[in-house]
Amino acid sequence: MKNKQFILKVLIAVFFLLIIIPFVLVYSQRNDYLYGITSVAILALISSGVWLSFYMGRINIGQGAYALFGAYTTAVLVTQTSISFWLALILSGIVAALFSILIGFPILRLKGVYFSMITLTLTEVVKLLAIALVPITNGPRGITNIPLPGELSIFGLTIIPDFATLENPKIGFYYLAVIAMIITFAILYRLVHSRMGILLKSLQQNEELASSFGVNISYLRVISYAISSFFGGIGGAIFINLTQSVYPTTFQVADSINYMLYTFLGGLSYVFGPILGAFVLYFSWDILFVFKEYQLLIYSSIIILLMLFLPNGILSLRFKK
Amino acid sequence: MEQILLNGLITGAQYALIALGLTLIFSLMNILNFAHGQMYVLGAFITYYIYGKLGMPFIVAVIASGLTLALIGAIFEKYLFNTVLKRSVREESTMLLAAGTAFFLDSLILIIFGEKQRSVPALVEGVFFGEDYGLDIIIPINRIVIGIIAIVMIVAFILFMQYSKPGRAMRALAQDKTAAQLMGVNLDRYSLIGFALGAMLAGVAGSLLVTITGVNSGIGGGISIQAFTMIMIGGAGVISGAILGGFILGLVEAFGLYYLPGDITYLTIFVGLMIFLTLRPQGLMGKPWG
Repeated sequence: MKNKQFILKVLIAVFFLLIIIPFVLVYSQRNDYLYGITSVAILALISSGVWLSFYMGRINIGQGAYALFGAYTTAVLVTQTSISFWLALILSGIVAALFSILIGFPILRLKGVYFSMITLTLTEVVKLLAIALVPITNGPRGITNIPLPGELSIFGLTIIPDFATLENPKIGFYYLAVIAMIITFAILYRLVHSRMGILLKSLQQNEELASSFGVNISYLRVISYAISSFFGGIGGAIFINLTQSVYPTTFQVADSINYMLYTFLGGLSYVFGPILGAFVLYFSWDILFVFKEYQLLIYSSIIILLMLFLPNGILSLRFKK
Repeated sequence: MEQILLNGLITGAQYALIALGLTLIFSLMNILNFAHGQMYVLGAFITYYIYGKLGMPFIVAVIASGLTLALIGAIFEKYLFNTVLKRSVREESTMLLAAGTAFFLDSLILIIFGEKQRSVPALVEGVFFGEDYGLDIIIPINRIVIGIIAIVMIVAFILFMQYSKPGRAMRALAQDKTAAQLMGVNLDRYSLIGFALGAMLAGVAGSLLVTITGVNSGIGGGISIQAFTMIMIGGAGVISGAILGGFILGLVEAFGLYYLPGDITYLTIFVGLMIFLTLRPQGLMGKPWG
């Protein structure tokens, strides 16, 4: 019974996201909100990786690094080779995941604050790498004029039309981001409620104990970190196609910290926390724009107050027992 | 060669001062103070106004910077960190709060002090030529003086931690919170003192360095990352580790920047750090899983 209710709620949410909201926004010509929700979806998608890392007991402040990795992979593939955007998108996720496996083996041995600090510096490393590798990344000048995603068709049947032919490419990106987000969180939900999810939770509580029960902890850690980074890479790739340019500073330390903020403020105990966190913080940042130079001051005060009064996340309000 | 070595040592002494504050706060409360770099910038700006603009003696400026930051640290601890630590299910929530305070201070500094690069006149004019002594060194005397002040402060801090009552209490808390509390150490009180002292060290470090490098409101985040790097090298929560980490980073930076371009230097440092941490996750001096 409870399960049915949950499915119903999810279906309603998906219905709203895919039909009602775009319809209302396009009809009322609110392109700014359309862009806003697209960004929220991408941010939530990237932050979902932070959430998954937390699920196994690691605070990941390096998600920006993988987003940047994915962003550059797509940018380079799309501009310098003839690979279609859709293939490049998947490849970005895979490249980010492979990179994270390479990095993850050593650094996942670190715990607590040590892991957080090293992931924070990781964001800086990837940024410096992007600046230094001029022949591939074009250095600090970045890669601009990234073409819009092209057509995706199987056996001549068009599944996704060429974004350039759309009347309003923004709506294309809206669907791309929102559908990617829905798929990501469906995967995440499934993962958490699977056997692997239970094992990951056991890592969060006590790694040594889990290990002594025969859980292969280093394998699990690396795999789930790779999945986290895969999400980060995909999110980064979609984001730079939305803005059509990428620079070494597109994702930097402040962004990595923001992903952590979204995840924490949404609530760490709930899979959908990052969506809510990204939504609330993104739009409060947007609304606060009218305060000009006081924008960051008020925004950070909100974060501090939220932490003071809801230290367990916004979603903890609803699930209080 | 001697030139680079000396530069590295002087920078290292100042870095050690920054890292000491961060490590002190971490060892007492398990809080990673993201706002440390911003506290440093705030200290630097206060010195800029009192020493550079109002023309008061440097020592007044240093004391004012230190006291202001100690006050801010105490307020942060009492009304923010302590409260959240008690209310939250997870200790990690403080990390988020720390990030919030970092953004807060960042914007406050930008609003109050603007975005211009500021610098102050040197404490002591003149340049030291090492040729007369057979050394290949040319260095402003100001830098030497600042380096010496920094070292004196580090020594004073170590003596304070080693022999004074609050110092002993804080060391006991860092070692084992429960045991220390059972022996009658007041956790709340010494956490407050520790946080204030840590913030003060950041302010003093900023106050000293402004005479050499100047300051602008955007450098806080970078300083925080450097401070994190130092305590990762030395081991988080250990005083000797912070000092060692500061000097090592100072020296590596000095040599790196001499032989390599800036970006490559930092890239090398970070990659080296990652390799080092795989071999020794707790840093040079740290307890395992500090």
